[in-house]
Amino acid sequence: MILKDLSEAIGVSGDEGDVRAIILDAIRDHVDEVRVDNMGNVLALKRGTGDQGLRVMLAAHMDEVGLMVIGHDNDGLLRFRPVGGLDPRVLPGTPLKVGDERLPGVIGIKPIHLARDEERKKAPRIKELAVDIGAKDKKEAARLAPLGTYIAFATPFRDLGPTVSGKAFDDRAGCAALVELLRGDPFPFDLHAAFTVQEEVGLRGARVAAYTIEPDCAFVLEGTIADDLPRDKDTSPTTELGHGPAITLMDRTFIADRRLVQLLTSTADELHIPYQFKQPGVGGTDAGSIHLTRAGVPSATVAVPCRYIHSPVSLLSRDDFDNLLTLMRESLARLTPRTLGRN
Amino acid sequence: MRELIRKLVETYGPSGDEEQIRAAIRAEVEPLADEIRVDPLGSLVVHKRGRGGGQRILLDAHMDEIGVMVSYIDEKGFARFTKIGGVFPLNCVGGRVRFADGRLGVIGIESKRDDPGRIPELSELFIDVGATSRDDCPVKVGDPAVFFRPFAVVEAGEHTRYVSKTMDDRIGCAILIETLRRLESTPHDLYLVFSVQEETTLSGARTSAYGIEPDLAIAVDVTGTGDTPESRPMAVKLGHGPAIKVQDRGMIAHPQVRDLLVERAEAAGIPYQMEVLEYGTTNAAAMQLVRAGVPSGCLSVPCRYIHSPSEMVDADDVENSVRLLLEVLTR
Repeated sequence: MILKDLSEAIGVSGDEGDVRAIILDAIRDHVDEVRVDNMGNVLALKRGTGDQGLRVMLAAHMDEVGLMVIGHDNDGLLRFRPVGGLDPRVLPGTPLKVGDERLPGVIGIKPIHLARDEERKKAPRIKELAVDIGAKDKKEAARLAPLGTYIAFATPFRDLGPTVSGKAFDDRAGCAALVELLRGDPFPFDLHAAFTVQEEVGLRGARVAAYTIEPDCAFVLEGTIADDLPRDKDTSPTTELGHGPAITLMDRTFIADRRLVQLLTSTADELHIPYQFKQPGVGGTDAGSIHLTRAGVPSATVAVPCRYIHSPVSLLSRDDFDNLLTLMRESLARLTPRTLGRN
Repeated sequence: MRELIRKLVETYGPSGDEEQIRAAIRAEVEPLADEIRVDPLGSLVVHKRGRGGGQRILLDAHMDEIGVMVSYIDEKGFARFTKIGGVFPLNCVGGRVRFADGRLGVIGIESKRDDPGRIPELSELFIDVGATSRDDCPVKVGDPAVFFRPFAVVEAGEHTRYVSKTMDDRIGCAILIETLRRLESTPHDLYLVFSVQEETTLSGARTSAYGIEPDLAIAVDVTGTGDTPESRPMAVKLGHGPAIKVQDRGMIAHPQVRDLLVERAEAAGIPYQMEVLEYGTTNAAAMQLVRAGVPSGCLSVPCRYIHSPSEMVDADDVENSVRLLLEVLTR
């Protein structure tokens, strides 16, 4: 499963090189053109059979959330800031890899024996946390991990049977799906794939990728929030594990094109592929910048539900992943210029 | 113009689902346009060719409206929802919403609240469409709905006010249509954009402006007023003329556009007011950043109770907005 290699590779926003290398190797023999653009996006063209004169963009982001060194304490600890959205509650006790040398590090916390009652009751603030790489003093810390050094979660990929766990499924799940689509048979139209950078810090790579590609429509492949955990009233989870790929209707950054959503749901209904709608109004993806490109790009987002995203470990269902692939393959096979027609 | 306004404000069209309102507007402008197209995101672009010697001018009014979207149907058939655009819970309770097929729903509130005086969160509200279970609930997750309130006219002394949901920005749409109707000849190459998805992300006007590449753009939209009891200070009053934007939260109007509007209003003796809006913005903020930049401004219709189901504008302000746009376009 290429998801294992992609998940274990490190690529915090702005430093996606290792992920990019894996993707380039994985797709090179299956696409007609591939290049890396000025921002670091991988742009690949898989020529179609020529049956449909459409330019279709598929995007998945390579970057993941992480940390960056912003200072050094006298005792050799590293001060940091989050890169992308991180919850300080999940950080203490987390094993990390620091810098290009992948130095092992941890985020420490006072042992429970010493913690005062009030300290146990609240989460620490990020300002109060530090990364320990075992440096003996400030000078050594600054030599090993200078200002601006990236820090990533050090979580191995695990096979749990029907599910798998690992870090950065948001959005290595989307990257893995896009790689698989490129490795398959050609589509009726030219498929333009974009593996984008810097999604987690403002949907940045996708903006220029879409400008370059100038597509007629776009699909974003994601790993999205699954919060199918116990709840105290009869209200909606964002998505649920094992209930099929999640189709976005509306999030904070865009409203999905209704014609593309219709294509996805009618395909799923026809072939009995399970799917769910992501709870509207939550989150945001590269579609938020892609749909605004040039004169506008009708866009949709389809995601693999992942528990615990933006934490050191996420978990997804193999069936959901496979069903997303089937849904995308079959929907794309049915996509024609008429899909984008209007009354 | 009153019937046109009624038709537009009562038509369904939340952001992202503008098909019905686009069809309604299209029917009004079709006989008056040289060319009509629908942009990739769904904005309606109406082109009226000039006689030559003018500029390429874009006039924008957004046709989408705020609304709600069903996010979950519970076991008893009640629909939880999220907002489309700037929806305030305070304006929701006891209100009614209307779905695309005309179906009505009532917004209820969880009554078992610890502090009944507190303004509720949207997550404490639900839509009741009369269902008894998830299975017989006729609406489904993802269905959008708009606030339901018919058009009304209130008159006091010499003043006539129009009241309805979605004056924001169907009044701008009505003004553009009426301007096109009355426009006899213009040197300018004119593009009227009835844009989508303003209330959520300003997406429609931004992308249409990219396609049109105008020399100058004016958004026609509503603005707040400072003339109600204990209102936030603002030097805009209902019935004192259209407001010419100086700045708002998202943009500073291009001085040439601002001054053009002021000069034409002065020359024609049309009442106007200057507008500085502290909160909110319009499509002009997005249009001015397109490509190499577009000199942009706003002609604003003063409006009370914005984003409530009873937005109020003054009939004279509406008429004077049309007159001012005609002054801009005829030479």
